[in-house]
Amino acid sequence: MNDVNRRVLPGFGLSLGYTLAYLGLLIMVPLAACFLKAATLPFDRFWAAVSTERAVAAYELTVGASLVSAAINVVLGVLVAWVLVRYEFPLKRVVDSLVDLPFALPTAVAGLVYSSLYVESGWLGRFLVPLGIQAAYSRLAIVLVLVFVGFPFVVRTLEPVLERVDADIEEAAACLGASRLQTVTRVIFPSLYPALVTGFALSFARALGEYGSVVFVSGNMPFKTEIAPVLIVARLEEFAYAEATAIAVVLLVISFAVLVVVNLLERWSKRVYA
Amino acid sequence: MSTPEKTNPRSDPPWVRLTLITAALGVIGLLIVIPLVDVFVEAFARGLGAYWRTITADEDTRAAIRLTLTVAPIAVVTNLIFGITAAWAIARFRFPGRTLLTALIDLPFSVSPVVAGLIFVLIFGLQGYLGPWLRAHDWRIIFAPPGLVLATTFVTFPFVARELIPVMEAIGADEEIAAVSLGASGWQLFWRVTLPNIKWGLVYGIILCNARAMGEFGAVSVVSGHITGHTDTMPLRVEKLYNEYQGAAAFAVASLLALLALLTLGIKTFLEWKQARAYELAQRTGEE
Repeated sequence: MNDVNRRVLPGFGLSLGYTLAYLGLLIMVPLAACFLKAATLPFDRFWAAVSTERAVAAYELTVGASLVSAAINVVLGVLVAWVLVRYEFPLKRVVDSLVDLPFALPTAVAGLVYSSLYVESGWLGRFLVPLGIQAAYSRLAIVLVLVFVGFPFVVRTLEPVLERVDADIEEAAACLGASRLQTVTRVIFPSLYPALVTGFALSFARALGEYGSVVFVSGNMPFKTEIAPVLIVARLEEFAYAEATAIAVVLLVISFAVLVVVNLLERWSKRVYA
Repeated sequence: MSTPEKTNPRSDPPWVRLTLITAALGVIGLLIVIPLVDVFVEAFARGLGAYWRTITADEDTRAAIRLTLTVAPIAVVTNLIFGITAAWAIARFRFPGRTLLTALIDLPFSVSPVVAGLIFVLIFGLQGYLGPWLRAHDWRIIFAPPGLVLATTFVTFPFVARELIPVMEAIGADEEIAAVSLGASGWQLFWRVTLPNIKWGLVYGIILCNARAMGEFGAVSVVSGHITGHTDTMPLRVEKLYNEYQGAAAFAVASLLALLALLTLGIKTFLEWKQARAYELAQRTGEE
């Protein structure tokens, strides 16, 4: 069939050529320039730029906050996906559409509104601050806004898998005397693991690079609430291009590593659970 | 829920159902609904008149809206042309490296927006590889609208292509092969057969691409230089107003972007509903 396609349908060379040229010029060459620029730095200067205490604190915060927010998103995602797939309730369609809001809402808007919600006079801050929870301009604020930004990933990867869970297996488990809780935890959840891993990783990867929303809520204090992308911008504003590039390379390597791990995990879990 | 609970082993006890639904609605409420409502409440805090004035009377805000309405369409159209071409190559033909190419298209999603901006500064900035040459010809890319277009195009690169590839694969090539063997030219094939088949997938990709293009912050923030009235897009204007302690004005501009997000979600939901209905219809006619 494929040979037939290439013999019959027009435009193979043109479309592939254009795709490769556009991908190369817009994506690959600029990314290569970043690595090239970093490679022109002598190694000790590169190492000095990426291993300052401030930079290390920034990586730790970026990775740590992303991990925590992705883990929270897994829990929230399972809950929301389960409810949306299994139950009927009023306004379900609207709730379902609202799940995607973090994809559609510009991150600057999310940052702006989250920065105003948790201050003492804000809608949520007025309840939380008296309880001693100072969420505004703290690490907690970073995690909260990252949870918002990554929220749809787990829900959307889980929903189709939950819909496809075989009714027969569930009924069989019930017939064989499993309690409902056993059926859910021993029979249904294991089939969700691959999707959960994917959802977690997507949410984590998104959080790693996030800038627009965090810059509004975190206060951007070096060593305390400064994430790696904010540090890159700070270095750029000092015209320290080489240092900015060095940190960007570290961030890129972490993101690409996550990407590779996700692909391997997906392949592995498909083999194990399929 | 017409089946009696006891005979259906797939349903949970009512109290479990109620608790979980309440918890899920609580999560959506706290995480999404309250922030969304807050944007509009803060924007309209001083009344409709003041809201209208903050948006229309400020020359710099008007310039930011104009800039966003210029940059985003350019990025969307460029990525639209790329998306259709890439989907044609990947969904219709088999060639070595096809899987790798599909994976590479998603690459911009795993690049931090700040890094996406930075790489263009490294190439076109004054200190960049092409900086001296651009300067000699008196061309500005960084700290000017072309840089904004480049950075926006980079971050919105995958949207149309990744939406179209599965759609075109699902439709298959039969109709197109038939059209060609009946003598259709490439041009006719595209406008009469391919485009009508993929149009809803295309619209879907365009609105998602557009929402991201208009709302992009990190990448454009790095390349814009923040020259008020010249290189501030709407999201950058929001940040500037916020930093200048003009909270109400920041929320007014933000509310326009939130409105865009709601519109995007509305169209998206409509398209999904349409698709589901078409699928049901096809199944029903198939049964008969």
